[in-house]
Amino acid sequence: MSNGINFAFLDEYAKREIRRSVIKAICIPGYQVPYSSREMPMGRGFGTGGLQLTLALIGANDSLKVIDQGSDDSVNAVNLRKFVEMTCPGIDTTTRLQEATLIQSRHRIPENSLRADQILVLQVPYPDALVIVEPSEDKRKIMHSEADYSRLLVKLYEDIVKFDEITISHRYPTRINGHYIIDPSPIPRYDVPKLHNSNALILFGAGREKKIYAVPPHCSAEPLAFDDVPFRVENFTDSHGERRACKQCGSRESFLDEFIDEQGERVYQCSDSDYCEQQQELARG
Amino acid sequence: MDKILEVKGLSQVYGKGCDLCFTSTGAEFETNICPHCGSIVALHDLSFDLYKGEILGIMGESGSGKSTAVKCLYFDQMPYSGSAIFFDDTEQKQLFNLNPAQRRSLRNHRFGMVYQNPNLGLNFDISAGGNIAERLLMSQVMNYSEIRERARELLARTEVLTARMDELPKNFSGGMQQRVQIAKALATRPPLLLLDEVTTGLDLSVQAKILDLILEIQSELNTAMIVVTHDLGVIRLLAGRTLVMKYGRVIESGLTDQILEDPQHAYTQQLVASAL
Repeated sequence: MSNGINFAFLDEYAKREIRRSVIKAICIPGYQVPYSSREMPMGRGFGTGGLQLTLALIGANDSLKVIDQGSDDSVNAVNLRKFVEMTCPGIDTTTRLQEATLIQSRHRIPENSLRADQILVLQVPYPDALVIVEPSEDKRKIMHSEADYSRLLVKLYEDIVKFDEITISHRYPTRINGHYIIDPSPIPRYDVPKLHNSNALILFGAGREKKIYAVPPHCSAEPLAFDDVPFRVENFTDSHGERRACKQCGSRESFLDEFIDEQGERVYQCSDSDYCEQQQELARG
Repeated sequence: MDKILEVKGLSQVYGKGCDLCFTSTGAEFETNICPHCGSIVALHDLSFDLYKGEILGIMGESGSGKSTAVKCLYFDQMPYSGSAIFFDDTEQKQLFNLNPAQRRSLRNHRFGMVYQNPNLGLNFDISAGGNIAERLLMSQVMNYSEIRERARELLARTEVLTARMDELPKNFSGGMQQRVQIAKALATRPPLLLLDEVTTGLDLSVQAKILDLILEIQSELNTAMIVVTHDLGVIRLLAGRTLVMKYGRVIESGLTDQILEDPQHAYTQQLVASAL
């Protein structure tokens, strides 16, 4: 390249190593594959894990969508998209889910279901769900290998004892393919069922913690729960028992963000901005 | 009678060990530190059989290897040499040949352990009920109300106020912590219970209650137990058979009454004579 930077910023060896780790992660669903997370020109914690996955996977015919908190226009999403546009000449970027082949996201899985030819890359701050019960990584590795998750379940038990329900709002521990439990990145509970039997490959990259893991297509993903206290997603019903609607598009099927408007009123709006716009376009006809 | 555990030649050495360790330590040398390599021979050639519903006492002074023996059997540490076979219904399991997952499964499902220090047996950051739930969850009981019910039952059985089951065990008295520990050990109804100095450091009335509880459990559930203690009173009350240990060796073994009434070894004689 003319400016001396390799296509997709990373050198070919780095990309190859990440791809190998991705293959291993797909072969052992939910297993955290260690990799040598490279130094990126942005702070760790700003999505370097997801970005390295994206850069290792992206090619000339790809179309990339970057989402942060459900939106394509938030600072982090814009910066990441600009960085990829700068370092990967010839690729397309888009905000429309249907046009994207590669989707990098933080906090959300898009509302509309993904296709088999799409790959979803999630940025992960804390890859290990066991970190809340066991500080030593050596011991966590043994616990994972033996599928010893009783202490995580005790945490859920204690939650129900204290609050009558499981209080984990995001990063909900989810068992992949009947064995490994993953931390599915900070997606809300609402998005956890979308991991199950997904059409698209879902990859997780933790840059600071140097881990890659995957939920392959059509793989089982069960959120941890008790037989008689089932997992449930966020509830968007108002005081009259009616499902709240997005004030922009009127959808009653999406994950909603709560805002306070200028009059001090609570208003609700789709968190997935692309979905919201497409719903409005449909309504306009 | 059905055998439940067969221990043969169990030995434990702390340190690098040498060929002369076992022949130059023991009661006749009055030491368990090998003069040649400086290793500590914590346990040498411990062999015994344990039968269903039986209580075996292991008695001896501090550092005689009593706790090392039960810690090896509960996989808290791996022995230097020796074997142990656990008779699990129809299966025979060579304890020290199992892989880590099999060991964990035996620990969780078939063995129970009560330590002298409740710190080791209980997780003080979770409630008393949560501690019991942990053991039930390890054995794949995944129903919340069933777990609550079992935990309440067990705590009632060990006379912990069930109203306090959602409290942290660090708010409990020592005797209560010990009872929670026993309840936790019993959660999976294990056929083998290991008790390491369970009454040490508790006041006499609480000791008596815990010993009563252990006897009741034995007669109710027909649990085999190994009771490690330096307290002659506990041995007299609980154990049918007793091993006396010193410097990592068994120096005398037999029926408890016999050992206490007619001790043969000089150390045992001294021990029995010095009892208040």
